[in-house]
Amino acid sequence: MDNYIIEMKNITKEFPGIRANDDITLQLRKGEIHSLLGENGAGKSTLMSILFGLYTPDTGMILKNGEAVKITNPNDANALGIGMVHQHFKLVEVFTVLENIILGAEPTKSGFLTLNETRKKVIELSEKYNLHVNVDAKIEDISVGMQQRVEILKMLYRENEILIFDEPTAILTPQEIEELMQIMRNLIKEGKSILFITHKLNEIMAVSDRVTVLRKGKWMGTVNIKDTTKSELSMMMVGRKVKTIRSDKRAQSPDVILKVEHLTVANKLHKKLNAVKNVSFDVHSGEIVAIAGIEGNGQSELAYALTGLEKTISGIIHFSNVDITNSSIRDRVKLGMSHIPEDRHKYGLILDYSLEKNLVLKRYWQSDFNRHGIILKEAVRNYSDKLIEQYDIRSGQGSTTIVRSMSGGNQQKAIIAREIDFNPNLVVAVQPTRGLDIGAIEYIHTQLIKERNSGKGILLISLELEEVLALSDRILIMYNGEIVAELDPHKTTPNEMGLYMVGGNRSTPQNQEAGDLA
Amino acid sequence: MTKKTKPVVYADRRFLDRLTAAPGFTSVSASVISIIVGLILGFILLLFIDAGSSFLGMSDLLTYGISSAKSFAKVLYKAAPLMMTGLSIGFAFRTGLFNIGATGQYTIGAFFGLFAAIMWKFPWWAAILIAMLAGAVWGAIPGFFNAYFHVNEVITSIMCNWTALFLCNLIFMNTPGMWLNPSDRSRTISVVTANPSGLLPRFGLDKLLDSSYANIGIFITILIAVIVYFILEKTTFGYELKAGGYNRHASVYAGIKSKRNILFAMMIAGGLSGIGGAISYLAGTVDYTISSTSLLPMGFNGIPVALLAFSHPLGIIASSVFIGYLQVGGEAMQPEFSAEMVNVILSIIIYFSAFSLIMRGVVRKFIKRKEKKETPETPDAPVEPPVTESKGVEN
Ligand SMILES: Nc1ncnc2c1ncn2[C@@H]1O[C@H](COP(=O)(O)OP(=O)(O)OP(=O)(O)O)[C@@H](O)[C@H]1O
Ligand SMILES: [Mg+2]
Repeated sequence: MDNYIIEMKNITKEFPGIRANDDITLQLRKGEIHSLLGENGAGKSTLMSILFGLYTPDTGMILKNGEAVKITNPNDANALGIGMVHQHFKLVEVFTVLENIILGAEPTKSGFLTLNETRKKVIELSEKYNLHVNVDAKIEDISVGMQQRVEILKMLYRENEILIFDEPTAILTPQEIEELMQIMRNLIKEGKSILFITHKLNEIMAVSDRVTVLRKGKWMGTVNIKDTTKSELSMMMVGRKVKTIRSDKRAQSPDVILKVEHLTVANKLHKKLNAVKNVSFDVHSGEIVAIAGIEGNGQSELAYALTGLEKTISGIIHFSNVDITNSSIRDRVKLGMSHIPEDRHKYGLILDYSLEKNLVLKRYWQSDFNRHGIILKEAVRNYSDKLIEQYDIRSGQGSTTIVRSMSGGNQQKAIIAREIDFNPNLVVAVQPTRGLDIGAIEYIHTQLIKERNSGKGILLISLELEEVLALSDRILIMYNGEIVAELDPHKTTPNEMGLYMVGGNRSTPQNQEAGDLA
Repeated sequence: MTKKTKPVVYADRRFLDRLTAAPGFTSVSASVISIIVGLILGFILLLFIDAGSSFLGMSDLLTYGISSAKSFAKVLYKAAPLMMTGLSIGFAFRTGLFNIGATGQYTIGAFFGLFAAIMWKFPWWAAILIAMLAGAVWGAIPGFFNAYFHVNEVITSIMCNWTALFLCNLIFMNTPGMWLNPSDRSRTISVVTANPSGLLPRFGLDKLLDSSYANIGIFITILIAVIVYFILEKTTFGYELKAGGYNRHASVYAGIKSKRNILFAMMIAGGLSGIGGAISYLAGTVDYTISSTSLLPMGFNGIPVALLAFSHPLGIIASSVFIGYLQVGGEAMQPEFSAEMVNVILSIIIYFSAFSLIMRGVVRKFIKRKEKKETPETPDAPVEPPVTESKGVEN
């Protein structure tokens, strides 16, 4: 007899226009790491939200240790020892770590907060599991990786024994992922059981005991990791073989699309330091230039400066032979610059707008979509339907779906469709495949290469070494705000890149700035 | 909410299904339920105050507004400026701004409307235009500081409210032509005597409804509500404004001139309130009280008007008439109930009505639960997912 700590039996959940979960059964053994695998929109987050009490299933039942339980809200879940780290965190930015952890379970003695004991308890937990969290830091000041650990601490503080991780690794750097997996192994050692959602097969193979595969809301099977392979899993998940795309080598065209000269950009948190320091590079027509580096080395700020979201301190940006250093964002768009932003909820989407309104976010002002300032509803709808079809954006109600209700991966697909389709000269793609399933990644990579082959320039900013190696024609390594190396993806190795990324080596000339000042 | 799973569809139920699935159904029914709850609570309060006259009081409140053509004319008269401040607040709200300054913009509108009509002998429509422009300028002040200096519009608006009140009073007090009675200078001279062409036209409505309160103000405001609806829902400008209201960062990312739009939005909101002020005082039925030292309540009453309608311009037409209706009914409750008591009752009803936002969630749940009951083996009632999370928290 198997010892299941949680069983979800025959779960069905419908949303307007879509059956997100269709008769799914999931059994979690005590002390195992159980992965959930499935395409974007397959229903993974929905299933986990049901277990966490955010949704109530239409049919089906949940058992804990063999007994039927009723979970109608997160408090019920918490009382049963179920905790969840969401795909998009739910932390209060202006509160400290400690305040966030106790939020909703504030320890009080006769009506007053008793923080000291709690503080000790939280610090102890943090040390026990090697989380290294500074409990007094404000959420807005710490990295996403740290924020995630705060979410983990939150679950541990509540003494949850069933831990749900919804795509925890999508926003982490490779190093952080390595650490998270170690944390997960430690948690299992302490008797916890884990449900783990990820799109990365390597991670599933590395840490989990079993994996359940979903496709379009249906259960496809549950298998032991030791009895399966990556290709078998991807077959199960998308129903066909998925290729890893690799771009072919091409001769560089002499046309320069983007030319960046001595660009310096301020650091938002520490005004005195600069995030981007005297950086120069160019992107030619028909090439993919990748910027690789460990998160927080100035890549984000570089992208914001190029696309106009942040001001520069000094330096010049030439785009299509125009000096755009001080141009408005709209002017850059008009010149053909597209931007797949790093933070899709903050910049990329208007979550409360419908999908069609989001798909024309960069074009609504064009004459195709309005006449004398009046929106041409039909034109918008047709365009949106076309993109949905072409990019396989899945949602409950098509063009009229409110984007907030869409699955994370499909939100990302919507952004990519919009940014590639307006026929740009340059695509600034920051983490373009974050949160996408392997089938979608294959498609997006193919699209990016197609764009390149048709003479576009692509600036790919990615933390994923594999993606960088597979797609790019040139790799620039950024470390501490500077470009420290230019590498040939067909010759370099992840190890060599890693060395440059941690600042252990440099092949480009030292920063001129210091010399100029002296 | 799909109907695929339903085994049998009964003819009569199909209508209900279609109704509950119609866009706006939940909002409208939420508003109606809130109103009913407000009314019940108001009634309970009446019972406590004076059980004997409570029934009479309640029926006065609920029926007086349509008891005669005369009182109905008064309802429309009250609704017109309410609609304008409601639109002003609702419009700003849709663009992510809280226009607590409606009362100040309304005061400025009243001032310029009256001044233009009385001192400059402008015809009514020109006076309204001047009032609109003046209101827009007054709205531009908090808009400007918000857009370019990151000063919260609420703070600047509140300061502007008091400035508007005392500035207008000060100028009136020192303009002899505006006085009704030179000996105490407490009120403005009536537009009727000073400049009949400055009065809102009545087009025989006064005869038809047998009331001096009847004028074309309500038609003007309904027209404006439709225009505001059109701007918000059908134009690229409205698309930009709402985009900024939902997510400022993303609107900037899209190349929308967010700062300029904040300024424009506040100017439009101010202009709407300004029109309200002019329409209210150019009716010629009430004179402006120069000596008043409290902010005019019209601007604040626009808040429940907007809330009750979920800031939807067309809904605001209905909600402003409703609240105007209650106000007129409240007058009929006197003298059994003191004016203060009536105000308390009214505020209870009005502010409970504004709970429509909460009611909307309840209605949604209810509809879903009912649908589930139709499929037999359902274990639990579904719970509405948390649709509105605070935007700041998300990552
Ligand atoms: N609150 C909601 N309202 C309406 N539809 C929803 C809601 N939540 C999810 N859906 C729909 O249900 C489907 C499953 O979504 P879910 O978020 O579970 O996918 P997922 O497997 O987590 O995908 P991803 O890998 O992209 O995160 C999607 O098509 C989504 O549009
Ligand atoms: Mg998901």
